[in-house]
This record gives sequence, structure tokens and C-alpha cells, in this order.
Amino acid sequence: MSPQKKGWKEVTLAGVCWVPSTEYKTGDWRSHKPVWDTEKCIRCMFCHIFCPDGAIKYDPETNDMIFDYDFCKGCGICANECPADAIEMVVEGKE
Amino acid sequence: MATIKQKTMPLSGDEAVAYAVKQCNVDVVAAYPITPQTIIVEKFSEYVADGEVDTAFVCVESEHSAMTCCLTASATGARTFTATASAGLALMHEMLGVTSGCRAPVVMSVVNRALSAPINIHCDHSDSMAARDLSWIQMYAENSQEAYDSTIQAFRIAENPEIMLPAMVGLDGFVLSHTLENVDVLPDEAVKKFVGTRKVPLVMNHRGKMVPFKLDPENPLTIGPLDLYDYYFEHKRQQEEAMIRAVEVIKNVHDEYAEQSGRSYGNGLVEPYRLDDAEIATVCIGSTAGTVKTIVDALRENGVKAGLLKLRVFRPLPTQDIISSLSGKKAVAVMDRACSFGGNGGPIFHEIRHLLYDQPSKPPIVNYIYGLGGRDTPPYLIDSVYRDLQKIAETGQTKEQIRFLGVRE
Repeated sequence: MSPQKKGWKEVTLAGVCWVPSTEYKTGDWRSHKPVWDTEKCIRCMFCHIFCPDGAIKYDPETNDMIFDYDFCKGCGICANECPADAIEMVVEGKE
Repeated sequence: MATIKQKTMPLSGDEAVAYAVKQCNVDVVAAYPITPQTIIVEKFSEYVADGEVDTAFVCVESEHSAMTCCLTASATGARTFTATASAGLALMHEMLGVTSGCRAPVVMSVVNRALSAPINIHCDHSDSMAARDLSWIQMYAENSQEAYDSTIQAFRIAENPEIMLPAMVGLDGFVLSHTLENVDVLPDEAVKKFVGTRKVPLVMNHRGKMVPFKLDPENPLTIGPLDLYDYYFEHKRQQEEAMIRAVEVIKNVHDEYAEQSGRSYGNGLVEPYRLDDAEIATVCIGSTAGTVKTIVDALRENGVKAGLLKLRVFRPLPTQDIISSLSGKKAVAVMDRACSFGGNGGPIFHEIRHLLYDQPSKPPIVNYIYGLGGRDTPPYLIDSVYRDLQKIAETGQTKEQIRFLGVRE
């Protein structure tokens, strides 16, 4: 039990969210992690479009696909949709 | 303050409840008909059709939807009511917990009826007893007058910003729901003033701002979201705290109502009847309390020191009142109009016996399961309970702990 969590006397009624939902990092649910290969990637943006969590962005400055591991739950849809086999799902912690 | 002048109306229990709801300025009623509750919403729909109320009346396709509709309406800050019975309450089961968990103070009449199967439309308390652990306040009425009074009080109790829990008012199917009785009703204005408009507490929203606890496009809120091992427990602890706080609120609302109406029911939680100097006592809820009072009077005339503890409120359980009024008695019988199958007796018995466990002067205590499926419980059967209690008091031997009253061998 981490000390910063509110106790029952402070917590809001009926689970009302007192912070935006983006404060709740859901990335730690992940068991498999998408690992991106910049060489194979053709920048088609399929992964960006298909990601159900909006956790993949494109950075035009660097020409990189940016994976937000705070929210990526490791569903593997990006790897499945990638036409260039540029995304590999690896067991979390073994990348 | 002088008692408000009232008129006497011939009303069935169901009609008395509908009349109370009409006077309570309810914003939303969503309901589905089921015997023996149907008259409540049928009568109320007439008030709506005749323009006597400005309530939004939602006809739904099931009780599950009725409770869902009430919960969501209540979450916008609306005063909300529904009514059901038996299988209807069972079908609501999932949403009962969602409603209390979302802290939606919905008021509901439960016209107590046996659960199927075999199918039965008559009274017992198996329906609401099966919902006792879902964080709803539970009140039970002895007669139609009390059903009327308790319904009005229920809005004040449930909607209290310190409580914010839904409340059910039980009245015995047919025995009360379909039986005409003279009911004294307060003037519309007096009830309207008593219940007031619904107030909501303030809560911190996702921007860290304190806003009214209600769904409102101007101040968006998320109520009842995903709540896992990290916070769910804290929210349940809050519900328990609200139940504990409800003890005082119920008493205060009862006292204020008694002052205006001239009608009181003990301290609002329990109604002891000739109990102070009683040596033997029964505990019961609902309409049977009326029969028990008659028998207590008859026994008293013959010098038997008999008494009754009527529980008006079952959730929150009036623990202190139960302990103080039953400790030291020579024998106690708890009457349950529901059976906790395989649980060694009925639910009220379990709880009363549990409360008395730590008392140095705990009485011998037995359980009577009675009246299932509307089985009549006439005065002679109640009398036989007190005869049994006399024997237990004399011998100190309880013998059979769980007894079935009025079942054929």
C-alpha cells in the first residue's frame, strides 16, 4: 500500500475522479511490449491509426514513431497490423 | 410546536405509499408492475396523467431497467422513487449494489412477497432479506399509516448529504398492500416543506475543483468508474460509515416528523412495546408486530410479563437499542418471516443473537421461522410462542433453537 494514496476519509464519494484519467498509468498492465525497428518501418502510420489507446505518435522532427509506454497495454494490434514487420512483441523485461 | 391538522383517508397500504410519493415532489419515477406492488405505480401514474404532479414517469421493460433508470436520474440530482416486490427485487439485484455504490439516494417501496419457486404472490420477507447486504437502508412498516409516514421520512434520510444511500421501505404484501385502513395524511404543503428540495454534497472533480455531486454538463463528473484493489475498499468503507451515521439521522428525522404529525414509532429505529419490565419478549418486523401487540396485551391482563421489540429499521441495525432492551430478559424469541436455508435460522435471529453474545446477562434465545408464502400467523400461534418462552424462562432450557411456526408436520 503506497503512502501517497488517499484513505477512506479523504477519497471522493462513489469513485468520482479527482484527477484526469491520464493520471492513471495503465501501462503497467502490459505483459508484452512492442519494440519498433526504425530500419524496417515504412512510416505508413497504420500502428498510429490502429492503436486503441492512442499510445503511438509520429514525430515529424525526428521521423520517429513514439511509443508511450505509460499507456500502451501491450495488446499487439500494432505489430499485427504492421505491413513491414517493423514491430516485434517481446516479453516485458526481456527486450 | 402544535401537531398539524390532518385528514383521515381510507387507503390501502399501496395507496398510502402512492399518496406519500405524490406529496414528496418526486422528479422521476421509473417502475415496472408486479403484484402486490402494482397499485402503487398504477395509482401514481394516475396522478401523473391527471397533472397532479410534474414527475417524469418512465415506463420501463423490466425491474433491472427501472433501477438503472432511477440510479441514473438520481445521479443528476433528481429525487427518485420506484417500487417493486419479490421477483422484481431479485431482478434488480445487480443494480441495487450499483445504486448504493454510486451513492444514489433512490427511495423504493418493497411490497414484501415470497420468492419463487413454487410461485407465490403472498407475503414473506425473503425478497428484501436477500438484499440486506447491498448497502440499502431498510425500514419495515407495521401498518399502512407507518408505510405512509416511513416513505416520507425515507426521502429525508436517504438524501441527507451525510448519508447518500438508497432506502427501501418494506410493507407486507396483501396484509398491508391490499387492505383498506384509515390513514391520517398531512397536508401537501406540510410534506413538501418537510422533505424540502434535494441537496447534494460537494465533491472534487477531475480538475481538482469542488463541484456539486451530480451529473451536470456544466460541471462534468465521472461517478462510479473502474475502481480496483487500490481504491474500491476505501469506497466500501465509506458506505459502512454512512450506514453508521444513518442511525442518528433516522432518529432525528423521525423525531422532527413526530413533532409535526403527532405520530411516533419508538425512537425511530426500534419500537419497544411493554418491554421495559418484560421478562419474556419477542422480536419482529412488519405487520406481525400488530398481532404480537394484541397478544402481549392479553398476556399482561393475565399477569404474564410479556413484551415486544419491533424493529422498524433493519439496516442500519440498531445495535445499541437491541442490546439494551433485550439484555437481562429471561427468554427471547426472534421471529423471522424468511429462512436463511442452511444457515441455522433466519437473518434477524442471526444478528440479534450475535449482538447479545458479549452481554453478561444474555437471555436464552430461540428462533421462529413463520408465515412463509403468506401462511397466516393468527393470534393463537403468537400466543403459543409466549407459552414456549414461559417454559424456557422457567427451565432455562431452550431445547430446539430453530422452530417452524405454523408449518404442518
